[in-house]
Amino acid sequence: MTAGNMAEEHGRKWDRCLADTVLKTATGLGVGIVFSVLLFKRRTWPLAFGSGLGVGMGYTNCQHDFRSPYLIHGRVVKDQ
Amino acid sequence: MLRACLRGANATARNHCRRSPGTSLQHCRHYTAGESSSGASKVIATGLLTVSGGVGGTILYAKWDHKFRAAVEKNVPYSDRLLGLALGPAPQDVGLPVKNQVELAQPPSMMEKQVKAPKAKSEKKVKDSAGSPAKEPSPVVTQPAQSIEEMSQEASAEATHIISAISEVPSVPAPCDTEAAAVKEECKECHDHKDTPAAVHPNAESPSAAEPLKERPVEEVAARLAQQDQEEQDILASVSASLEESLASSAKATLQAIGAQEAALQAITQHTHKLKEAMEAEEKSAQWKDLEAALADRTCSVNDAGTALLKANEALGALRSVIDDSKGLKIAAVHPLVLAAEENLHNMIVDLDKVVTKVQSAESEAKIVSQYSELVNEAKQQFQREVSSLTPEIQANWKGLTGKLSADDLNALIAHAHRRIDQLNRELAEQRVREQIHIDAALEQQKLEDQKALEKAVNTSLQHVKEDARLEQERKLAELREVMEAEMRTQLRRQAAAHTDHVQDVLKVQEQELRAEADQVLSSKMLEQETRYRQLNQEQLDNFTLDMNTAYARLKGMEEAIDSHVVAEEEARRAHQLWLSVEALNYTLKTADADVPTVPLKSAAEAVRDSCHDNDFAMALASALPEESLHRGVYSEASLRARFNSLRSLARRVALIDESHNSLYQYFLSYLQAALLFEDKQEAPPTQLSREDLDPFKLLSYASYCLEHGDLELAAKLVNQLRGEARRVVEDWLTEARLTLETRQVVSLLSAYANAVGLGTTQAP
Repeated sequence: MTAGNMAEEHGRKWDRCLADTVLKTATGLGVGIVFSVLLFKRRTWPLAFGSGLGVGMGYTNCQHDFRSPYLIHGRVVKDQ
Repeated sequence: MLRACLRGANATARNHCRRSPGTSLQHCRHYTAGESSSGASKVIATGLLTVSGGVGGTILYAKWDHKFRAAVEKNVPYSDRLLGLALGPAPQDVGLPVKNQVELAQPPSMMEKQVKAPKAKSEKKVKDSAGSPAKEPSPVVTQPAQSIEEMSQEASAEATHIISAISEVPSVPAPCDTEAAAVKEECKECHDHKDTPAAVHPNAESPSAAEPLKERPVEEVAARLAQQDQEEQDILASVSASLEESLASSAKATLQAIGAQEAALQAITQHTHKLKEAMEAEEKSAQWKDLEAALADRTCSVNDAGTALLKANEALGALRSVIDDSKGLKIAAVHPLVLAAEENLHNMIVDLDKVVTKVQSAESEAKIVSQYSELVNEAKQQFQREVSSLTPEIQANWKGLTGKLSADDLNALIAHAHRRIDQLNRELAEQRVREQIHIDAALEQQKLEDQKALEKAVNTSLQHVKEDARLEQERKLAELREVMEAEMRTQLRRQAAAHTDHVQDVLKVQEQELRAEADQVLSSKMLEQETRYRQLNQEQLDNFTLDMNTAYARLKGMEEAIDSHVVAEEEARRAHQLWLSVEALNYTLKTADADVPTVPLKSAAEAVRDSCHDNDFAMALASALPEESLHRGVYSEASLRARFNSLRSLARRVALIDESHNSLYQYFLSYLQAALLFEDKQEAPPTQLSREDLDPFKLLSYASYCLEHGDLELAAKLVNQLRGEARRVVEDWLTEARLTLETRQVVSLLSAYANAVGLGTTQAP
């Protein structure tokens, strides 16, 4: 690990995270708009739903990214 | 864009609401009507329902899942009380099973053993005590074998008695008690034994039996025996003397009596004879004189005989009394003497009696003859009287008067004679008639007398026979006693032989033992002497070797000193070189700038390694420099300090994040905490960290303090205590710090070593 990598990593993670969330929200919103216009007679709920979906996905991704060092991957060993 | 969308959504919603006022109004009216009356109550109801549902659900789940219950109790205050009320106390862990203490009571076998041990001991002791009293009398020679048998029987009886008494004891008796009891019983038994032989033993020969049985020394025994023998001898002598005396006197008296009696007998017979002769003869005055003399003689001798008899009887009486006295003495050796004396006495008595009977028969005969002579005399006198009455002038001696008588006288005489003859014939006829009667009477008288004499004779013979029988019995008794004595003597002799054998054996054994002892002592002494000799030898050798060694050592020392001087000089040169290279290495460390690491230490390290080829310590140290420092160089302390300050804020921000708490919400909380929490910029760390000091904020302030004061090591240690995300963030700083510290440590060690070596090799002026 090069110097300052760890400290900077935190900042980098946040950058990724936020960017990703914003992108997802926007995308969700867009898809919501499309669905609202095309299928749901211009109701507002698909927008909320889509943006919510986006935010949620972004949040989860962010959380996963921050958690990634602590995740333990286990394997089930079956007795043969 | 979002806001616009939202506004649009709101507008559309409002449009929707406005578009259908009628229906919605009704609904709204309904709603509002409903709401105005029961809105609050509904809210309250739903709220209560939710809360109660939540609480009930929590309680139910807590009842089912204990871990959840524990978590709830930990996190929510006062929930433990509520849950306790609803569900009862929390189930405790079943602790470790209580160990049952096995009491090691004394196993019954031990108790039995203890009871058996005193039993066995007492049995043995009883047997010993039974054996010992049996053994003890053997040295005392005079005790008979009978008493030994009796004692052993008694001992066995006592033993059975004791054993039965011990077996009745229920609990474990203390061994000393039973022993004491056994000893007491033994003592009692011993006393019993000691008493019984004294009671059993009738013989006064061994007055020692009356005392408690103990072995007396041989001399004492012998002295006692000698004394006893002496006493016996004295008594014997005295008794025999007295017996002999009395025997002699009585014998003399008896002989005298017998002689007197015989003389009397002779006189009597002579007198009788003379009387007979005198009877037959006509007239012999000499014969009559002789007769008188004989009579006088007879009376005299009879008197003498009587007195002699009396004397003899007296003497015999005295002898009898003496015999009785000597019988009373009860000494065995006296018996034969007594027996002989008694026999003699008996014989004398018998003789005396015989003689007395002879004399008596002679006397009776004499009496008869004297009676006869008296009768004859009487008849003669009668005749004389008659003749004289008839013929007074005729004298007595008419036989010589043939010529002097006339015819008348002759006729008268013849007529007298005829008349006398007639008378006599008549008397004779009468007598013949009375003969039978007289004979009967005489026979009767004779019978009576005979009977009397017979009785007397029978009595005397009975007495004699009785006496004989008694004497025979006594003789037989004496014989038996002798036989018994002989047997006993043989038995005692046998015992004595056994005793001597035993003593011989014991002596042999003792001799062997003593020999063995003496040998042992001799060998030990010899060994001692040998060891001492060897010791002295060894000492001498050691001294000599010591001197040699010291001389050699000194020589060696001198050689070594010279060599070491050479070596030391070499060392000094090398040390100087090492020191120089280490100084160069030290200098390279100072070439670090801010944020730029030092020059790679490779060349300097190489130089150091070259200068210390043969020194393992320095080689180890030189090769202990971390790779990074060699290739890349290390950061200075100042740069690390600067970096830390920037890191600190970041670490503060992620203080709450660790393996379990790492959601975005936690991140938000952590940020909040960092924003709201204020701590000292720098705080002096305590000497000992407690649990509160492990808080990241505190640790960071301690680390800052340390860094400001130049203690990179302590700062690194403190930073090392961070956990979780904060730790991850400062990980590489920590690595750098470690690297720097390592390198510095190695270099300082090397320089210290080089200094030391240099100092060491420097010669004092």
